[in-house]
Amino acid sequence: MKRPIAKLTVGLMASLMLSTAAMADVESTDPIKLTLHDWSGQLINTRIMGSILEEAGYNIEYVQADYIAQFAGLKTGDLHLAMEIWETTGREALDEATATGKVVNIGETGLQAIEEWWYPLYMKEQCPGLPDWKALKACSEKFATTETAPSGRYVGAPVTWGGFDDERVEALDMDFEVVHAGTDAALFAELESAYQRKAPIVLWVYVPHWAPTKYEGEFVEFPPYSKACYTDAAVGVNPNATYDCGKPRGPIWKASWSGLQEKWPGAHAAISAYKINNAEMSDMVADVDLNGIKIDAVVKTWMDSNQARWKAWIGQ
Amino acid sequence: MRKPALSTLVWIGLCLITLVLAQYGKTWSKSLDIGWIIKYPSWWVIPIKDNISNGMKWLIEDARIGSVFFIDITRSISWLIEQPYLLVKGFLSVGLLDGVGRNATQILPPLSWIVVISGISALGHYAKDWKLAVLVGSCFLYLSVFGQWDSAMITLASVIIAVPLGAIGGLLLGITAYKHPRFDRLLVPVLDLMQTIPIFAYLVPILFMFGFGAVSALVATIIYAMPPMVRITTLALRNVPPEICDFGVMAGCTERQMTWKILVPSASQSLMLGVNQVIMLSLNMVIIASMIGAGGLGFDVLAALRRLDIGGGFEAGIAIVVLAIAIDRLSQAIARKNTNTHREHQDASWLKQHPRSVIIIVILLVTFFIGQLLPFLQTWPEAWTLTTGTIWNDTIKYLNINHFDQFEAVKIFFLTYLLLPLKRFFLGLPWPWSIAMLIALGWRIGGWKLALLNGALSVLILVTGMWTKAMITVYLCGAAVVVSSAIGIPIGIWAALNTKVGRVVGVVIDTLQTLPSFVYLIPVVMLFRIGDFTAMVAIVLYALTPAVRYASHGIRNIKPELIEAGIVSGCTPRQLLIRIRLPLALPEILLGINQTIMLALSMVVITALVGTRDLGQEVYIALTKADTGRGIVAGLAIAFIAIIADRTISASAKHVRQRFGMEAAHG
Repeated sequence: MKRPIAKLTVGLMASLMLSTAAMADVESTDPIKLTLHDWSGQLINTRIMGSILEEAGYNIEYVQADYIAQFAGLKTGDLHLAMEIWETTGREALDEATATGKVVNIGETGLQAIEEWWYPLYMKEQCPGLPDWKALKACSEKFATTETAPSGRYVGAPVTWGGFDDERVEALDMDFEVVHAGTDAALFAELESAYQRKAPIVLWVYVPHWAPTKYEGEFVEFPPYSKACYTDAAVGVNPNATYDCGKPRGPIWKASWSGLQEKWPGAHAAISAYKINNAEMSDMVADVDLNGIKIDAVVKTWMDSNQARWKAWIGQ
Repeated sequence: MRKPALSTLVWIGLCLITLVLAQYGKTWSKSLDIGWIIKYPSWWVIPIKDNISNGMKWLIEDARIGSVFFIDITRSISWLIEQPYLLVKGFLSVGLLDGVGRNATQILPPLSWIVVISGISALGHYAKDWKLAVLVGSCFLYLSVFGQWDSAMITLASVIIAVPLGAIGGLLLGITAYKHPRFDRLLVPVLDLMQTIPIFAYLVPILFMFGFGAVSALVATIIYAMPPMVRITTLALRNVPPEICDFGVMAGCTERQMTWKILVPSASQSLMLGVNQVIMLSLNMVIIASMIGAGGLGFDVLAALRRLDIGGGFEAGIAIVVLAIAIDRLSQAIARKNTNTHREHQDASWLKQHPRSVIIIVILLVTFFIGQLLPFLQTWPEAWTLTTGTIWNDTIKYLNINHFDQFEAVKIFFLTYLLLPLKRFFLGLPWPWSIAMLIALGWRIGGWKLALLNGALSVLILVTGMWTKAMITVYLCGAAVVVSSAIGIPIGIWAALNTKVGRVVGVVIDTLQTLPSFVYLIPVVMLFRIGDFTAMVAIVLYALTPAVRYASHGIRNIKPELIEAGIVSGCTPRQLLIRIRLPLALPEILLGINQTIMLALSMVVITALVGTRDLGQEVYIALTKADTGRGIVAGLAIAFIAIIADRTISASAKHVRQRFGMEAAHG
């Protein structure tokens, strides 16, 4: 935000000329409102999309909104575009919203979400056989703390994220107590604390996120997820229980207000075409959260080095 | 003498029964197959939350007056609030823009840091003296030096809009309540609820009504910050000496003149205290407001903690403290300033009368024009910013690696001897007995009115299906209040008896109160892990303040004659403390505990963020699921607990005062 005035005036004149040219061919100059949440990946993703739309001549406004609460705004048209709805945590809310006809799913962002139990690599020595879940089950007492002993302690995600870990522990007969963190910050504070002391820990980690870049570790391999495993007790390793498998992995979706396509058809086309992948995203998230580079700078670097890609999306 | 002894016996008996029931109630109820007395059956729950959610849906989608939809009205209010906000934000932060998005052109750059700092210093000088000018000036300089300027200006902009709206709204409501006692009776419970329902509970309906973005955050801030202004206004107007009013009547004032020319000006000093309260509460809201789109410093704190950058969170948090200190001192000075001083040079020119304004205008023009050539005059260069960097992270890391076992030992001690027994007690008690005891306690301390209130509120918590969660809340807050009092009251007494200690304690307490709790929540999680103990530590850190403050205030305010009398009759310092000071300060100390309970309950929602399972979590879940009814019902349950605690303790403080003859008994 710190812009010296002298540069600004020059920049402004330039952008003024550009904008008058660009203004002519966008359908509406009303700002398209993109939602911002509080994790860096989403901020980067949204800012890149915003920058591309700006290059195409649209006006952009960023609005801070809660991940689930934003659907209320998307339905009424207060908000227009949400760039990261995770299959794993947001699918339910997304389906509920699209069912009303006021919100539409505009396809995958290209990012693949993984959410699963995760342990730091140093735990492998203490529990031979990891990452197989049976090995974890066999050495659950290594993960015990005074509050949970003799059961192991597993730090789960905030209750609102779902995930069915209480059910999973039950179904797979694992001797673990599920402790729910209230926020994502608390979750990773636990990891940081344990990692500093090389203390035993197994917890919910998701990617794309900076944690797997900063800490060495692996996801636990549960029996692979299938829809039937969640709904049909007979399916899976335990014939009498549902949720006897790992968590679903899936795409991160883009969702918009249903009026977006009509009001800004060009923008809709660009948003639909937008694709980015896990590797680029992980690097950018690590740049922001671990190397302390500003989000704006990271976004600019991406925009500069991927010109051909985004120009194709906006038909330039 | 026999009668009181008998009632004491009865009370001791009741307490014993309570303990026994808490211990064995669960087993007995199981063997008698009356489990419902421990766990309120879900099919008895009245579905109030669904009704509220549906009502909200109707209000948003269908409600209308004539042809105007309700939502159109709220949205126009939202537009009205947004305009001045955008203007102020333009001046302070982004500059005045024409157009939107990247195509916008800047007509005017924002005020430079030099102008804002010199402006605020000049205001300090105007309000009091050079000392204040230097203090507020350096507070703002801190914001530049530590690179918090941009965010701080956005926060300042929202405070500048929220405070006048809150203050004026509060003033008008207060005046109406003063004039119409019936309205006053209606308003008091509403104010109680506004102050005790956690903000998270009504954020969702506000988002629906006012749309996403800064305006909703402003509205929430105003709702939260207004009640003290209303209360202080009513109180201040009542305290205007009757002679002044009589004078107004004699001079033939109309109703309107009476209010605005006589009552309000004579009460202005107290009214400014109300404004001060509005300012402080608005700054308390910064973090929560940033969750729904206010941006600014609050967002910086949240974002820093999400990437476990404790130092970054701390710097932004301290920036909020610094901003609060500057605005608080300024507004207090303005409140005390005698506005009726005559100007000495009535005939002098405007320039001579307003030297400070002239200087500021000159600085403004100079920085504007030279700033075009030398950008550092306009915006503080990034290369000049300081940061505490990794010091905070390193400290926590050091403690974590080297002293984790000690921390763990402390935690286990508290868990075994305080938290777990308390939890078993509250969760083991059958609810019919708890409600009966609350009613009995109310009757004994405050008569039938309090008994009725306690009974009604606790039954409401029960029938909405919140009983178990409410008991977890009571247990967690109860433990925190015990610890806060055990730490806070001795510190307060010490601070009152020793001036040097008092000064240090004062600074620490002020900081703890304005520092957003998020800043220390994450380090506490790192040292103590997720769980009830962590939640308790966070609550204690926040709720400690009033325990210290009231205890020290109570000790300081004892009449010196009484102390001297004690010294003359040969009391040792120890006797002086135990026999004279403590009993006389007891009512104040009780009020302090009362405030501690209120703050502890308001922290409950925040501790949900470290994974508690109480009413706070319920409110938080409702927020993230945008479930209006669920949030409001849980929020009301928290408010009811607060009201029961408040009324009961206030009544017993009154008892104590009467016993020591500090206040006349009824009539």
